[in-house]
Amino acid sequence: MAAHLKKRVYEEFTKVVQQQHEDLSTKKLRLTKPSKSAALHVDLCKATSPADALQYLLQFARKPVEVESVEGVVRILLEHYYKENDASVRLKIASLLGLLSKTAGFSPDCIMDDAINTLQNEKSHQVLAQLLDTLLVIGTKLPENPSVRMRLVEVACKHLTDSSHGVRNKCLQLIGCLGPVEKGVAKEAESQAAKDVQKIISDHFNDQDPRVRTAAIKAMLQLHERGLKLQQAIYSQACKLLADDYEQVRSAAVQLIWVLSQLYPESIVPIPSSNEEIRLVDDAFGKICHMVSDGSWVVRVQAAKLLGSMQQVSSHFLEQTLDKKLMSDLRRKRTAHERAKELYSSGEFSSGRKWGDDAPKEEIDTGAVNLIESGACGAFVHGLEDEMYEVRIAAVEALCMLAQSSPSFAEKCLDFLVDMFNDEIEEVRLQSIHTMRKISNNITLREDQLDTLLAVLEDSSRDIREALHELLCCTNVSTKEGIHLALVELLKNLTKYPTDRESIWKCLKFLGSRHPTLVLPLVPELLSTHPFFDTPEPDMDDPAYIAVLVLIFNAAKSCPTMPALFSDHTFRHYAYLRDSLSHLVPPLRLPGRKLVSSVVSPSITPHEDPSQQFLHQSLERVYNFQHLDPQGIQELLEFTIRDLQRLGELQSELAGMADFTATYLQCQLLLIKALQEKLWNVAAPLYLKQNALASAAAKQILEETYKMEFMYSGVESRQVVIIHHMRLQAKALQLIVTARTTRGVEPLFGMCEKFLQEVDSFQRCFISELPHMQGSFVDKLLDLMPRLVTSKPLEVVKILQTTLRQSTFLHLPLPEQLHRATANIIEPTGESDNPLRFTSGLVVALDIDATLEHVQDPQGTVKVQVLYPDGQAQLIHPKPADFRNPGPGRHRLITQVYLSHTAWTEPCQIEVRLLLAYNSNKSKASTRIPKSTWSESLEALPPSENGIEGTIPFSKPVKVYIMPKPARR
Amino acid sequence: VSGVFCWGAGAGQDVGRSCILVSIAGKNVMLDCGMHMGYNDDRRFPDFSYITQNGRLTDFLDCVIISHFHLDHCGALPYFSEMVGYDGPIYMTHPTKAICPILLEDYRKITVDKKGETNFFTSQMIKDCMKKVVAVHLHQTVQVDEELEIKAYYAGHVLGAAMFQIKVGCESVVYTGDYNMTPDRHLGAAWIDKCRPDLLITESTYATTIRDSKRCRERDFLKKVHETVERGGKVLIPVFALGRAQELCILLETFWERMNLKAPIYFSTGLTEKANHYYKLFITWTNQKIRKTFVQRNMFEFKHIKAFDRAFADNPGPMVVFATPGMLHAGQSLQIFRKWAGNEKNMVIMPGYCVQGTVGHKILSGQRKLEMEGRQILEVKMQVEYMSFSAHADAKGIMQLIRQAEPRNVLLVHGEAKKMEFLKQKIEQEFHVSCYMPANGETTTILTNPCIPVDISLGLLKRETAIGPLPDAKKPKLMHGTLLMKDNSFRLVSPEQALKELGLAEHQLRFTCRVHIQDPRKEHETVLRVYNHLKGILKDYSVQHLPDGSITVESILIQATAHSEDQGTKVLLVSWTYQDEELGSYLTSLLKKGLPQSTP
Repeated sequence: MAAHLKKRVYEEFTKVVQQQHEDLSTKKLRLTKPSKSAALHVDLCKATSPADALQYLLQFARKPVEVESVEGVVRILLEHYYKENDASVRLKIASLLGLLSKTAGFSPDCIMDDAINTLQNEKSHQVLAQLLDTLLVIGTKLPENPSVRMRLVEVACKHLTDSSHGVRNKCLQLIGCLGPVEKGVAKEAESQAAKDVQKIISDHFNDQDPRVRTAAIKAMLQLHERGLKLQQAIYSQACKLLADDYEQVRSAAVQLIWVLSQLYPESIVPIPSSNEEIRLVDDAFGKICHMVSDGSWVVRVQAAKLLGSMQQVSSHFLEQTLDKKLMSDLRRKRTAHERAKELYSSGEFSSGRKWGDDAPKEEIDTGAVNLIESGACGAFVHGLEDEMYEVRIAAVEALCMLAQSSPSFAEKCLDFLVDMFNDEIEEVRLQSIHTMRKISNNITLREDQLDTLLAVLEDSSRDIREALHELLCCTNVSTKEGIHLALVELLKNLTKYPTDRESIWKCLKFLGSRHPTLVLPLVPELLSTHPFFDTPEPDMDDPAYIAVLVLIFNAAKSCPTMPALFSDHTFRHYAYLRDSLSHLVPPLRLPGRKLVSSVVSPSITPHEDPSQQFLHQSLERVYNFQHLDPQGIQELLEFTIRDLQRLGELQSELAGMADFTATYLQCQLLLIKALQEKLWNVAAPLYLKQNALASAAAKQILEETYKMEFMYSGVESRQVVIIHHMRLQAKALQLIVTARTTRGVEPLFGMCEKFLQEVDSFQRCFISELPHMQGSFVDKLLDLMPRLVTSKPLEVVKILQTTLRQSTFLHLPLPEQLHRATANIIEPTGESDNPLRFTSGLVVALDIDATLEHVQDPQGTVKVQVLYPDGQAQLIHPKPADFRNPGPGRHRLITQVYLSHTAWTEPCQIEVRLLLAYNSNKSKASTRIPKSTWSESLEALPPSENGIEGTIPFSKPVKVYIMPKPARR
Repeated sequence: VSGVFCWGAGAGQDVGRSCILVSIAGKNVMLDCGMHMGYNDDRRFPDFSYITQNGRLTDFLDCVIISHFHLDHCGALPYFSEMVGYDGPIYMTHPTKAICPILLEDYRKITVDKKGETNFFTSQMIKDCMKKVVAVHLHQTVQVDEELEIKAYYAGHVLGAAMFQIKVGCESVVYTGDYNMTPDRHLGAAWIDKCRPDLLITESTYATTIRDSKRCRERDFLKKVHETVERGGKVLIPVFALGRAQELCILLETFWERMNLKAPIYFSTGLTEKANHYYKLFITWTNQKIRKTFVQRNMFEFKHIKAFDRAFADNPGPMVVFATPGMLHAGQSLQIFRKWAGNEKNMVIMPGYCVQGTVGHKILSGQRKLEMEGRQILEVKMQVEYMSFSAHADAKGIMQLIRQAEPRNVLLVHGEAKKMEFLKQKIEQEFHVSCYMPANGETTTILTNPCIPVDISLGLLKRETAIGPLPDAKKPKLMHGTLLMKDNSFRLVSPEQALKELGLAEHQLRFTCRVHIQDPRKEHETVLRVYNHLKGILKDYSVQHLPDGSITVESILIQATAHSEDQGTKVLLVSWTYQDEELGSYLTSLLKKGLPQSTP
C-alpha cells in the first residue's frame, strides 16, 4: 500500500515540475536532437576534402550527445569510416566512437560488433591503436558480460603481433583491463581465450620496445589489482627487468616485484651463483634496496617508497639497510654512530678531540668484501644521502613505517633520523621529526642523541620547533641529566623565541608526567631551595619560572614525596597556576590542603563509566516522557539539558556527546514550546508577540540543526537523519507560522510547494532509514502525502499542524565517538592596550594563530571573520598552506589577515573570530547516497535545494585595538 | 683487429699529474694535462716527448679534454700548448674555462714571483692558451671532426667537473676525471647513462674505502663550531681557496640562518671572492636545493659571511674565519693561528689532509709546543679538530658508476697501486669485465669489436625480417645476402642483384651423396618405404613421391637404384643445392640411420 502511495506521490510530483519553465526548455532541446545526427551526416557528405571532414568532426565533438541518439550517431560515423581514405579522419572517428560509448546511460554492446569489424581491414597503426582504445572503453562499460570481454581479449591477442608499438601497447592495456580474472571462467569459455592471460602478457616482457615492456608490466599490475593472483614464475622475469635500460620499465618492474613479494613472501628462491636459498620477500627486499641507488631518481623514489611497506622482511635483512660496512684502506672502520655509542657507554662524554679518533681498526679479508652485490647493504644510508629531496623524504617515510613494526629497527634507525634533522631542505627536516615522534614510543633516547636533538630547538623555523616540542612530549629519557638538559634547552628556546611559550609549557607538562622519578632529584636545584636559608621568591609572571613549575607539578602528580620539597611560596604559586593555567597544572593531593576542586577527582578513569551511564540514563528518561503532562515534559527537558551541559563541562571526553544531545533536546524543547503557544487558537494578527516567539524558535531550531550536522565530527548517517528530520519539523513550523500571519493565499502556494519538495527529497535521501522512524512526523506526513499534494495550501497547513503535534519525539542514537569542533584563538590575545596604528587606505597585517580541534577538512571550511565597529564584516579564506596538522584531529592555523579602513578619530576595537562554513549540498547525507540514485535525481532537484550555505561561529571572538590614522600630506 | 690504446703520461697508479693519451679508432685524444704538486723540477709536468717523437703535437693529437680545474688536471696546460706547442682544440666545461685561468695565474705567481723560477709560462701564455679552449655544455654532443665526438656528463667533485665520453663510430671511451657519487651541500652527485663504453677510465683515489654518511661529519662540524662560538671562542678553519671552502661556507651560512646566530663569519683572500663570483654564476651546475631556491635567493650571496681584514683577528668576541692556505704552512691562516693559539676557548678545524712537515700536520698529530721561525716557542692551547670532507667517490661509488655505465673494460688511474689491486679484483669478480691498471708510461691495448655499418636495401631487409619471429632489437639476427665491397662502402644486397651488378652468371652448386641401405625388396618398394618414412618424420615439409620413382623433399631429390653387385643393397642418391645444405645434411644423416624395421 505504502509503495503504491509513494508511486502516486512521484506521479503527482513530476506533473508539478513539468509545468516549470526550465523543463520546457529542455524539451525544446530534445526536439532538435534527431536532426543532430542527421546534420552530421549531411556535413560529412558535404565535406570535399579530408581536412573539411576533420573540421566537422572536431566541431561535432565539442557538443554533448544525448543518450538516445548515440547509437544513430555511431552508425553514421561508422558508415563514413568505411568510406574514408584519409587516416587522420578515421583516427578522429575512432576516437569519437570511444567518447560516444562513454556517454552515461548508453550501453555500447550494440556497437561492439561493428567496432570489432572495423579492425579487420585497418592498415594504419595509429587508427588501429585508437580503435583498440575504443574497444577498451566499450569493454569497461560492460563489466557484467564475460563473453564480450573474452571476445575483446581475443581480438587484442590477435593484434599483439603488430609491428607498431602503439598497437601492442593498447592490446596489452586492454588485456590487462579486461582479461579474465577467475581461472574457471577462462576455461569454460572458448578455446583461444582460454590461454593463460598471464602467459600472453609475460611474453611481452622481452619486447623490443621499452614502451611495450612498460605496458606489459602495467597490464600485469592491472590484473593484480583486479584480483587475479599472479604466478610466482613471473618473479624471475621481473627481476631481469630491473636491469632494463629504460627507467619507466625499471620503475614498473620494481612495483611488480613488490606485488609478488607481498603475494608469496614465504616461498623460497635460490640465490644465483651459490647453493643457498632465501625467502622471496627477503630476496625482493634486497633487489628493491639495490634500486635505491639506481641511476634515475624516479626509480629511486619508487623503490624507497615501496621499501616501507615490506614489513614481512626478516630483521637480519632489515638491519643491513642501515649498515654500509665502512672500511678505510681495507680495514674495518666504525661509523660515527658506533663511536658515539661506545663513548657514551664507556662514560666519557667528549667526542673526536683527537685526530685519528676514527682510525680504522682490524684488517678486512679482501675476499669477503662485497662492494655492490651486497643487496640490502646500506640502502637507507644511500637513500637518506640522496641528491634529490624527493628520494630522501621517501626514505624517511619508509624508515618510519618499518620502524613502527620493528622496535629493534627503530632503535637502530634513530641515529640516522637524528642526522636528518640537519638536512638542507626544511620539509625533510620536518618529516624526520614527525617520523621520530611516531616511533618514539618504542625507544629511549641516549644522552648524546638527546643532545643533538635538542640542538634543533634553536631553529628559526617555527614549524620545526613546534614539531620538536611535540616530539619531546612523547620521548623517553633515560637519565636525570637528560631531563635537566632538555629543560635547560627549552628555557633557552623560550628566551630566544618567546612566542613558543604555550608549546614549551605543554611539552614540559608531558615531560614531567612521563618521568616523575627523574625529576624528583632535580627539584631542589630547579626551585633553588636551600636546606637552611630562605631563597628569594621568584617572579610569578616569568614564563621560564612557570615552565619549571609546570614540569615539577606534573611530575608531582604521580610522585607523592615531591611536595615535601616545596617551599611555602611554591604552594601559593601552585594554587595560582592551578586556576590560571588549569590545562597545564594537574590537581595535586597536597599535605594539609583540600583538593582545590573537589568535583574533578584526581583519578578520572574509574569515574568514566558512571558519567557515561548518567548520560544514557538521563536520555532514557527523556525519551520516555510521552505520558507526562506538557508542563512536566518541559521541565524535564530543561533539567536534562542543564545536566548535560554541566556534564560536558566536567568530563572533557564526553563533552562532544553531551553537547550534541543537549542541543538536540534544546531543539525539541523549543519545538514543544512553540507548539504550545496560544496563538494557534486565535486569529493570527492579534498575537504578533507570541508569533514572534514561535518564528524565532523555528529559526533557532534551524540554526541548531546546522550546527549539529556540521560542527561535530563522527556524526553518522543515523544521526544525520534525525537532524534532517528536526530541520523538516522546523520548516513545517515556519510554514505554519507564516500561514497564520500573512494574509492572502498567493505566497503560500510557493512555500507549500517548496516544503513538499523538501519532504520528497528527504524521503529519497533517507529511504533506507524510514523504517526506523515509525510514528514520527515524516512517517505520518508521507502517509498523508497524496492528500497534501492535492489539497489547497490552507488545508496543508492545517494537516501539518496536527501532524506536528501528534508526532512522536525521535530517539537520538549516539555514535561511538563524537567531538565538537572547537577553535581557540591564541594570537591576538586581545589584551593589548596599544592600538595597532596604520595609515588609512593602506593595509596592516594581523597575525592570527589559532588551534582547531576536530575540524574536518579545515582548508575548505574554516574562515576568518573580521567585524569592524561600523558593522562592516569581512570574510577571509586562509590559504591551504596556513593550516598545519600537528596531530590527529588537531589543526593549527597560522595566518595573516589584512586589515584596512578609512581614517578614524580614535582607536577602536575590531572583532576577529573563526567561522565554520558549511554547504548543505555537500552535507554528509548527500555523500552517502549511492551514486546511481543521485545521478538520476540530480536533474530533478530544484536549484533552491543545492545551495544553503552558511557559517557557524565556533570560536570566541577576540578584540583587537586598531587605529587607522589619516594619511599625512 | 681494432682497439683502444691507452697510454698514461702521468696519473697511472699515482695521484697528481693526470695525463692520459687515448687512441681510439685512429683518433688520438689527450685526457687532462695536469701537474704534480710534489716536484719543482721537470718532473712536475708530464713527459710529452713520447708524443713529440712522432712530430708536432698538433698533427698527432685530435683534441685535448680537461675534466676540471684542479691543477693536477690542468696545471700543465699552458706549458703544453704554448711552450711545447699545440694548436688544436682544447675542450672543457664553461665553469672550468672560467675558473681555470685564475688558478693558473695564481700558480704562476707563486712559482715565478715568490720562488723566483725562470723558464716558466707567462700570463700572456695562459691567455693565449685559453683562447684555444672550446667550452661545452653538459650532455652536449660536440663533433670534434667528422668521426670523433665527445659528450660531457656531470661529475660532482668541484664546480664544473665533468666526465667525458669520447666516441668514434661505435667505439667509445668514458673518462671520469675526478668525481663524487654522494651529493654535498653545493654540488650534486655524478651521473652517467647506460652508454656501455668499450673502456671506462676511472679515478680510484679511494679504492679501498667505504665512507660513512656525510651527515654525521656535517653535524659534528656544526656542533663543534656552534659550541665554540657560544662559549665566546674563535674558530679558525684553514682551507684551500676553491672546492671544499665553498661547501663549508654554504654549510655554515645555512646553519647560521637556521639557528639565527649572530657571530660574524669571515672569509679571507681575494682569490676566493673571485671564485665565489663564478659559483654564483653557474647555478645550473650546483645541487638541487641551490638550483631550486636561487630565484628567491642565490645561496652563494652570503648574508653572514663577510670579507676578512687583517685587523679583525684582534677583535674581541666570537667569530669564525676561513683562511688560506689549508695546511697552515704559510700565509694568513698561519698568522691567525699564531694569534689565537694561546687561548683554550678557541678552536682550529682542519678540514682536510695535511702533508708531513706542515704546522697542520704537527698539531694534528698532537704536538702542543711548536717551534716557529726565530726560535720562538708557540704553545698551542686551542682545541684542534680534524674533519675530513672529501669529494672523491669511494669504492662503493666507483662500483656504482661502473654499474650505471656498464663498460666492457675498466681502466683504473689516479690512485695508489696497492689499493687499485683490490678494486681491480673486485671489479673483475662482480662485473666480469676485464680491468687494467697501467703504470706511468705503460700502454694498455684493449681489443674491441668494432661494428662496421653496412647498407642494406629495404626490400631485402623486409624480406629477411619477415622470416621467423618478430625482430628483437637487442639480439643479433642472421640474414642471408651478398656483401658487396665497392669504393670504400659496404652494401648487403640479394644474390640476384649482386650477380646482376657484377655481371656474373649464376652457378649452381649441388651436393650429392649416396646412402647404402640393406633392403632386399624391389626398388620401387624401397622408394615407397623411404617415402613413408620421411613423410612420417618431416611433417612440416612437403614430401612428394614423383611418378618417375624419385622423392622430393622441398627441393631435395632422392633416387634409389639397386647396387650393381649386391641386389640386396639399395643405393639412395640424395642431391641438394647448397642453399638447402642444412636440410640436405639432415636428410642424409637420417637415411644413414636406416629405415625402421617394421614394414607392413
